[in-house]
Amino acid sequence: MKLHEYQAKKILKNFNVAVPNGIVINDIGELTNIEKDLTYPTVVKAQVHSGARGKAGGIKIANNFQEVNEYVKALLGAKLITHQTGEKGLPINTILLEEGIDIQKELYLAITIDGSVSNPIFISSPQGGMDIEAVAEKDPNAILKTTVNADVGLMAFQSQEIGEQLELDKEIIPQLHKILTGLFNAFIESDSSLIEINPLVVTGNGQLIAADTKFSIDDNAAFRQQEIFDIRDKSQEDELELLAEENGIQNYIKLDGNIGCLVNGAGLAMATMDAIKFSGGSPANFLDIGTANNPEAVVAALKIIASDTDVKAIFINIFGGLARTDIIAEGFVKAKKDGVIQQPAVIRLAGTNVEDGKRILNESNVEFELADGFAEGADLVVNVSNK
Amino acid sequence: MSVLLNANSKIIIQGMGSAGAREAEISINYGSNIVAGVTPGKGGTEKVGVPICNTVKEAVNQYEGNTSLIFVPAPFCKDAIIEAILAGIKLIICITEGVPVKDMMEVNSLLQKYSDTILIGPNCPGVLSPGEHARAGIMPIDVYMPGNIGVISRSGTLVYETVDQLTRLNIGQSTSVGVGGDPIIGTSQKKALELFEADAETAGVVLIGEIGGSAEQEAAEYIKQMSKPVISFIAGTTAPPGRRMGHAGAIISGASGTAKAKQDALKNAGASVVLSPSEIGITVQNVLKDIGLL
Repeated sequence: MKLHEYQAKKILKNFNVAVPNGIVINDIGELTNIEKDLTYPTVVKAQVHSGARGKAGGIKIANNFQEVNEYVKALLGAKLITHQTGEKGLPINTILLEEGIDIQKELYLAITIDGSVSNPIFISSPQGGMDIEAVAEKDPNAILKTTVNADVGLMAFQSQEIGEQLELDKEIIPQLHKILTGLFNAFIESDSSLIEINPLVVTGNGQLIAADTKFSIDDNAAFRQQEIFDIRDKSQEDELELLAEENGIQNYIKLDGNIGCLVNGAGLAMATMDAIKFSGGSPANFLDIGTANNPEAVVAALKIIASDTDVKAIFINIFGGLARTDIIAEGFVKAKKDGVIQQPAVIRLAGTNVEDGKRILNESNVEFELADGFAEGADLVVNVSNK
Repeated sequence: MSVLLNANSKIIIQGMGSAGAREAEISINYGSNIVAGVTPGKGGTEKVGVPICNTVKEAVNQYEGNTSLIFVPAPFCKDAIIEAILAGIKLIICITEGVPVKDMMEVNSLLQKYSDTILIGPNCPGVLSPGEHARAGIMPIDVYMPGNIGVISRSGTLVYETVDQLTRLNIGQSTSVGVGGDPIIGTSQKKALELFEADAETAGVVLIGEIGGSAEQEAAEYIKQMSKPVISFIAGTTAPPGRRMGHAGAIISGASGTAKAKQDALKNAGASVVLSPSEIGITVQNVLKDIGLL
């Protein structure tokens, strides 16, 4: 789950990470009440789940109240289209108004998990304010990775090392240690998977301030991070993906192609997309039905796949382990009979209860094509989608 | 002719709910030695003919369990794994999906102090050695046949797919190991490769990776020094960056996470890289023919 910038900054502030003073508004009417609290310049920041907001016009600098009014009016309720959002863009329902800060230097700082060492890792660079991937490619030596042993936490010497790499004056390093400690604690206590501060600003009077931040939470920890999951903003998420989730299908991702895919297992689902591309087609979605233990879940999944108007054909590729192919077959027949899917379907079944699964399909009077292997299935469905 | 699991493995199952009991039954019918189940509060009862204990310690003391298969729900999984570690179980296989990353950090930290204990998973299909009729997992048994190819995969269904393609070509397997799809797992692909390299009965290994992380690159470093051929497929060539493709670990974030970066590393290490997922079996066959093993 992703947090908005203003939500992330609220959490960071609680962990002693310095952030600019800010006011959150959801309605232009709130502006009159807060006019007296604003200082100039004020930064007007659209709150959407995307990076590159500045380039897309989602971040404006206002020098007086009239300009604040103007920018808020233009942004609130509009959609922000960045290179990350696709052409549909994301709705701007909230604006963060922040005091302008005197930027002397922009740094990069993030904490995430390093799976290879089973511990959190700080990533830092003196080249802040830009895409870290671009820095990594152009100048890999400008990036320092510091593993923190989660059992003992961040050590002062590590802050010293990171501070030196960030080319900070020694007077500022205690501030950095405070920020790193706060980040580490916020990361652990909120079951975060990534906190990125970009840029971390050194101000003219030597203060370190987190000017912008991205914050993600491990979805698997939802059961113990109720407070954070309560502030999840679903308006920033894809409608079909939300519909899938409501039907107990955690893993649906909409893509650009026209072949709908229903697969069990994330690996096979990815491999199925790959196979479709190999056969000259293009997948409309990634969908891992997981351990479908009732036909209704299969019907729901097919309904979601079919509601994507780009879908011209559907490929069902199931290799049953815990998932049972007979239940998949039953769900498919029901979806077809109830008119849930109109598109032609190619089905490949293997694994658990495959004889029962094939029998259910063959005894039904619904239309489908059966494939033996999944390359054959991919070829078939690509042909069908081109008709 | 296997790694990790063999005919002498005495398997206990933590979490004898409907899935645990169903899989226990399949394994028993296959010929595996399921000695006990563990469900707190149900000690002294029986399910699918398997005696139930309240704790892992009881299952170890009374039934000599040395391998544990875990189906416990994700919020309680850390507890279950640690219980197995402290009860002296040497091979722990965790099927459960959705374990928080932080819990796995804590588990792996403890495992460093118990270096003779091996954890496979979580979020994996388990381990199966067909020649030993030993199954600790959820995989369909019909697709397997005994032989000398090791299979390692992050994805469960791609284990089945790979084994099926091999068996259809009459190429048997020594053991299949599903290492799991999460960002932090107990046993890495590299470590699983080491086990197969040391196994006298394994002649070659299929390594099924996917996008995200850099575990395949670490495996590639080890492949350089292996004596046995490695055939590899990476799922997710067509996956968009920044999106989590089902598996928590399968997300392209950074250059090392792409399928291309992994394929290049494996190729440079001397592995045969398969691009189409339907050509895994045939590629193994060709490699075995080339080195005179078929």
